[in-house]
Amino acid sequence: MARLDDRTREVVFRTQGLTKTYDTGEVQVHALAGVDLELFGSELTVLLGPSGSGKSTLLNILGGLDRPSGGRFWFRETELTRASDRQLTRYRRDHVGFVFQFYNLVPSLNARENVQLVTDVAKRPMKPAEALELVGLGHRMDHFPAQMSGGEQQRVAIARAIAKRPDVLLCDEPTGALDSHTGTQVLSTLQRINDEFGTTTAVITHNAAIRLMAHRVIRFQDGRIDRIEENDSRLAASEIHW
Amino acid sequence: MHAMDLKLFRDFRRLWVQGVAIALVLAAGIAVIIMSVGMSRALNETRSAYYDSNRFAHVFASARRAPDSLISQLRDIEGVAQVETQVRSYAILDIPGRAKPATGLLISRPELGEPLLNVPLLRRGRWPEGAGEAVVNEPFAEANGFLPGDTISVNLNGRKRAVTITGTALSPEFVYTIGPGALMPQNETFGILWMQAEVLDAGFGMAGAFNTVALTVLPRTPLEPVKDAVKALLDPYGAATPVGRDAQQSNAFLDAEIQSLEVMAWVLPPVFLGITVFLVNMVMGRIVQLERSEIGLMKAVGYTNWEIGLHYLMLAALIAFLGVGIGWGVGSWLAQAMSKLYAKYFDFPFLVFGVPLSIYALSAMLGLAATSAGALSSAMRAARLAPAVAMAPPAPPSFHGSTLDRLADLLRLGQPTRMILRSLLRWPLRAGMTMLGMALAVSVLVASNFFPDAMDEIIDTAFYQSNRQDMLLLFDPDAPETALEEVRRLPGVLQVEPQQYHAARLIYGSYEKQVPVSTVANAADLARVVDGNGQVIAPDPFGILLSDRLAAALHVEVGDTLTVSFESGRRETFEVPVTGIVTQFFGLGAYFAHDTLNAMFRQSPRVSNVNVTLADPQAAEAFQERIKDVPRLMGTINMTENRLSFMETLSQNILIATTVYGILGMIITVGVAYNAARVQLSERARELACLRILGFGKGEVAYILAGEVLLLAVLAQPVGWVIGYGVARLMTEGFTSDLYAIPLVLEPATFARASLIVLGAAAVSVALVARRLGRLDLIAVMKTRE
Repeated sequence: MARLDDRTREVVFRTQGLTKTYDTGEVQVHALAGVDLELFGSELTVLLGPSGSGKSTLLNILGGLDRPSGGRFWFRETELTRASDRQLTRYRRDHVGFVFQFYNLVPSLNARENVQLVTDVAKRPMKPAEALELVGLGHRMDHFPAQMSGGEQQRVAIARAIAKRPDVLLCDEPTGALDSHTGTQVLSTLQRINDEFGTTTAVITHNAAIRLMAHRVIRFQDGRIDRIEENDSRLAASEIHW
Repeated sequence: MHAMDLKLFRDFRRLWVQGVAIALVLAAGIAVIIMSVGMSRALNETRSAYYDSNRFAHVFASARRAPDSLISQLRDIEGVAQVETQVRSYAILDIPGRAKPATGLLISRPELGEPLLNVPLLRRGRWPEGAGEAVVNEPFAEANGFLPGDTISVNLNGRKRAVTITGTALSPEFVYTIGPGALMPQNETFGILWMQAEVLDAGFGMAGAFNTVALTVLPRTPLEPVKDAVKALLDPYGAATPVGRDAQQSNAFLDAEIQSLEVMAWVLPPVFLGITVFLVNMVMGRIVQLERSEIGLMKAVGYTNWEIGLHYLMLAALIAFLGVGIGWGVGSWLAQAMSKLYAKYFDFPFLVFGVPLSIYALSAMLGLAATSAGALSSAMRAARLAPAVAMAPPAPPSFHGSTLDRLADLLRLGQPTRMILRSLLRWPLRAGMTMLGMALAVSVLVASNFFPDAMDEIIDTAFYQSNRQDMLLLFDPDAPETALEEVRRLPGVLQVEPQQYHAARLIYGSYEKQVPVSTVANAADLARVVDGNGQVIAPDPFGILLSDRLAAALHVEVGDTLTVSFESGRRETFEVPVTGIVTQFFGLGAYFAHDTLNAMFRQSPRVSNVNVTLADPQAAEAFQERIKDVPRLMGTINMTENRLSFMETLSQNILIATTVYGILGMIITVGVAYNAARVQLSERARELACLRILGFGKGEVAYILAGEVLLLAVLAQPVGWVIGYGVARLMTEGFTSDLYAIPLVLEPATFARASLIVLGAAAVSVALVARRLGRLDLIAVMKTRE
């Protein structure tokens, strides 16, 4: 059912010897120890690995939330390695959608308004209602985060991420705080977005079951890529259980 | 509306109690600005407009009897623009149907045309046209219910004359109308009467002469040379030293009022704005800390640093809007109350008592500046947070062991107490500022409450120990001492005591002071000199007794020889040894023994004042009825009434002041204590929930929450006492003038009252926050990440 040929051969992200070192004063932590990687257009990639293996750090750098300590990286033809704060803000605003483990909804805004937070500053956004319909929450638009379940909150977060029609969707443990059932619903939503809009999607997880829905699986270990697997046949998210 | 704006308003609604607590502190500052700056401006502008339109003079002088031929010479003084001469005299007034006599100041009015200077403004009726007519000042008419056509009796140099009131008027010379010897306006018993010049000329033997002169000068003319020239011209005719507007009685009172408003504007608003900055800083710091992940999210979705910083500045601005709004309202109300008060004490023909719009604008800008200053560091921190860092929970605050731990071991303090102490040490700046905030609240209460204590002391010394007479009778300065016997024979009189008053210049080397010199009767019982310790001091018969402030101004000590140049009486100059210095609160007193002065002047005994005590209230009525016919009597002062009305006004003012400052102190305390406790609760919610789960009771958990703030409140007390003492001391120094000195009297009760109010307000604020502990959802708190 998943169509492999949806992927284009356009390189959306490219990294070269990417490193990241955190200096906590007493110890130096090498979160990334030289990562070379390419992500392609319309591809759904799962980044798999234990805690501290560097996958979140990589995602933060690719999303323009953080800067590498060494190495270089490109978004399409543009090198972002030494982009200024202003350029990174611009880049995030125009191209990237984020989904976080803890949803990070603004508690004082309801579902529609949380999405509007993004559509207010995006170039050619969807209507907030449209984005919420896409994640199946058209009927919960006026609810506040505190009035929604975890799965619903995460779907609002996805609606918020896709409302700007981003080129890439970066998801950090999107099901980490959810049970299997709601987690599957969230994954289905992500898969559908990837299918319908061809949005390049990277999903971080340490839940190995999720790898089955990806085009490619990139395994991390100690700040490096351990190995990359290509799925010949993908499962639909609804078929995944854990 | 943008989602960011929605978030702004919803956040503010969530924080409304904290926001209001801060806004009230800010509002207090704004209200004081509106009231003090606004009213001083309004008073100043009203005064200048009045002075300009009614040509208020620049220099005022008087003489005993100067010939009209001097007028052209006065006009020729360099820099003089206009000259107005008049005849003025005090007189006893008999008001029909009332036993109590009144004192009138009679002022001559040119037969033709308007006076050139100090032009009275006719409010009602017409100017007098005949000899038996007068226009009276409006407050006097209102207090007595006079209408044009009413008749009163005026004692013109011993002859009673019926005078018909033809109208009422106001004058720039009498904005604040205070009779001789009175402490505040008593419009019922003191009035101004404008009469035709010929009446006064005839009545006081002043034909072809004048005894008062007012002058205006050309712009940028220095006043001193003009005053000297006037003095030189008038000196042969018994002149007193000419004075400028600063020493003109009515204007001096206005100056004093404007000055006290300005002092208030300089002292109070900075305190309130400063506390606002601190509170906004504390609360916004916490909000930014709490919203780290939201900030990270906003950055992740592409909001710029500027937009995020502005967002938090705007949140603080909402507090400013609220505070400024409340401040405007309260300030306007206060200003209105003040203008009503001014309308009562100051007699202006028109009221431009509105607060200028520019003051509203200025106060709003100051309010916005204060909240922005408070929020700036937090807003910048929010803007600077690296997006990835913002998404991760903050590192736990690093606590270190310290010598305090050993102390805690030694005292066997429990863990909750240790938590409180460590938190104080971890954020010493915040703890220090919180304590300072509450200390300022204490100091505001101490410094404002010291007035009643000081006033009690002043009143006791001035009214009940120094001056014990029921009535003070003012005679023609040259009255023979036989006047004393005439008074003694009046019905109801118990005691009489003679006194003389003379204007004099006291000179020591290059120091000079113009003061009234009075005499003290032998074995005086009614008008005595009492020092700061309540000791009665009698002047030595061979020298002069000075009040301490006068001695300091002249740089003399006991034993020095002083030059005393009398400007009334025989106008002679003497070299006199200083034989005593006495501590006094009122005036710049200089005293001779009564007999000594008569001997110095080589004259038969004279009196200018007679002090009287009366047998009982019934006697007072008969006495007052008869006194109106005593020849050479120029005025009476009812000291009993004086005391009563002064005390009444004072206790009213003190009640208002204590209430206002009490409220201000509470606003500060609640603002500081409530916000400090809320921030504590927010920071420690997880910790406290954890303790609850571990089995701590609600009370024990509340102890940790309340303990820190209340400990700071207790520590703030001594600091507040010291600051309050300092402020009170500065205020007494600031208020000390030639008119009076305020003693620094601070009773233990004042400190106790201030502390009780602040500790009470702090306890209530903390209790309000502690109630939220009961609503803590333990599981939810443990689940949400920081």
